[in-house]
Amino acid sequence: MSSLLEIKGVNKSFGGLNALSDINLEIEDGGIHAIIGPNGAGKSTLLNCCIGRLIPDTGSVTFNGHNMVGLEPHDINHAGMVRVFQTPEIFPSLSLLVNVMLPAFAQRDGVFKFNPFADLYAEKDIRDRAMAELENVGLAHAYKEKAETISRGDKRRLELAMGLVQKPKLLLLDEPTAGMARHDTNRTIDLLLEIKKTGVTKVIIEHDMHVVFSLADKISVLAQGAIIAAGTPDEIKGNPVVIEAYLGGESE
Amino acid sequence: MNKLSLRNNYVATLLFAAVVLSAPIWLAPLGANYPDLLQKFAIFGIFALGYNLLFGATGYLSFGHAAFLGIGSYTAVWCFKLFTMNILPAVIMSTLVSGMFALLIGYICLRRSGIYFSILTLAFAQMAYSLAYSVLTPITNGETGLQLTQQDPRYIDAIAGVVVQDGLPSTNLFGLSVNGYSGFYICAVVLILAFFVSLKIFRSPYGLKLAAIKSNQMRMQYTGFNTKPYLLSVFVISGMFAGLAGGLLAAIDPLAGAERMQWTASGEIVLMTILGGAGTLIGPLLGVVVIKYFENIFSAINESVLHGIFSFLPDTLENIVVSVTGLFVGEGWHLSLGLVFMLVVVFLPGGIMQALSAINQRIKQYKSGDSTPTESDTDSKGEQQ
Repeated sequence: MSSLLEIKGVNKSFGGLNALSDINLEIEDGGIHAIIGPNGAGKSTLLNCCIGRLIPDTGSVTFNGHNMVGLEPHDINHAGMVRVFQTPEIFPSLSLLVNVMLPAFAQRDGVFKFNPFADLYAEKDIRDRAMAELENVGLAHAYKEKAETISRGDKRRLELAMGLVQKPKLLLLDEPTAGMARHDTNRTIDLLLEIKKTGVTKVIIEHDMHVVFSLADKISVLAQGAIIAAGTPDEIKGNPVVIEAYLGGESE
Repeated sequence: MNKLSLRNNYVATLLFAAVVLSAPIWLAPLGANYPDLLQKFAIFGIFALGYNLLFGATGYLSFGHAAFLGIGSYTAVWCFKLFTMNILPAVIMSTLVSGMFALLIGYICLRRSGIYFSILTLAFAQMAYSLAYSVLTPITNGETGLQLTQQDPRYIDAIAGVVVQDGLPSTNLFGLSVNGYSGFYICAVVLILAFFVSLKIFRSPYGLKLAAIKSNQMRMQYTGFNTKPYLLSVFVISGMFAGLAGGLLAAIDPLAGAERMQWTASGEIVLMTILGGAGTLIGPLLGVVVIKYFENIFSAINESVLHGIFSFLPDTLENIVVSVTGLFVGEGWHLSLGLVFMLVVVFLPGGIMQALSAINQRIKQYKSGDSTPTESDTDSKGEQQ
């Protein structure tokens, strides 16, 4: 397995606070890589540094052989790295179907396409793809609803569909099951396991140990801006440093 | 539904054309069927359609769109002076020149969003207004406004051998007069074309992306879109619509003044769009009709007319009623407009279109409980047709 995403020596501080210090992380092609850690450990900051929302102070982020630091978010998206946000970022005033059609358009048409006279209704391919993805996450029945009207759990699933429809190389999931009921969580796990078979690499940030241990092939533990442990789920479970820093502190 | 939809665009435009072309008939009971007012309806309708492409579709509130209207008018008058009294080249030139200015102004203003964008556009428009008034007097003829003279070269007309007898030459479209009803019908045809273009844009993938920018611009960037060229292109299109309207204004009355670019003129188009319903196709046009109607009809009512209306009342009461209502008409028509606008914004933030669609919904519910949903899926951006 070759490494798809390579984070080398990344530092990021906000004022006096060192949010990330000297992070080195390699995400291998295929499989699910979980990043866990207590609140404020810097997990979201790390993701933000990957997708161009934040620019690391030092260090490099290499994706698929290309440097990602300093690129615009839309370019990073087109490189094949797609993020699903922690608080659902959707198009609230548009329908579910349109929410999934838009990323499909982005993937097909690129960062900008001026086609003011093309017929939206004639875009059957895009619609079918979006519909299939909604079906996949179990939201097909509500395709006409406005995205702002559905539940939080559904919004997260919608966002997952928005990510998947782009057929990314790497999907960054920021707590994909937060705020979901146990039943929904299990469905999402099943869904992610299903997607795993298609070969999309995933990085998951997660609090829920149930989710992490059911999904992840590899786990990195982040605490106070530094990686304190990395390994397979079994190795992590038995690692005293991790238990001290995280599992012991917060009983899941 | 998919196959029908292309036809739907044409059906919608045809329907729209029928309504617009028959306006002289159905506006007669309102006393609004005289050509001057009808021309204004059509021209400001084009302006509003264009403004709505920017503000309605993307939510970017421009407070300086009148600048493009003014630039369009100046360009058209210069075309009349230099080349020909035929309005076709003038109108084409005003559209193009306004588009170029929109490209420049949009490029700068779109570096910011929200209130900063609005302020920047306002600043640009006021700058254009001041320039037209002072520094650019050789081009704009300052306070007097740009007018035709008998001595204008009109090179193309001269080559064609058109001789102006007495007074000023009048504008025409290949010999067809642009005054009166023929003027209205020329403007109406342009309005119908503009409507078709704006309908197509609203119903294209490009239009959908504009709606998505309005919905969540940041998400658009993480979805893989560069939102800047989308915004700039629609800003230019919108500026071109305004320039076209400005060109037509000069075509029906060939003079251009700086006041056409003033901030009140920019504010008026914002008012029209919000009053009618921003983001809907028809709403801004309804806003235009309501505001231009108020402007023309209410401002024409004076005290003696009011005395005539309330003559059935006892004298003292009549005087009181007339002095109160007198505040809202004539010079004070802005007061009534302000009241209407306030009521609409408070009770119907979606404008007149919101009221109409609410009524429509009620009727549908009343008629049948079984609302079988059709496949008109992608329409959920509030576009009512």
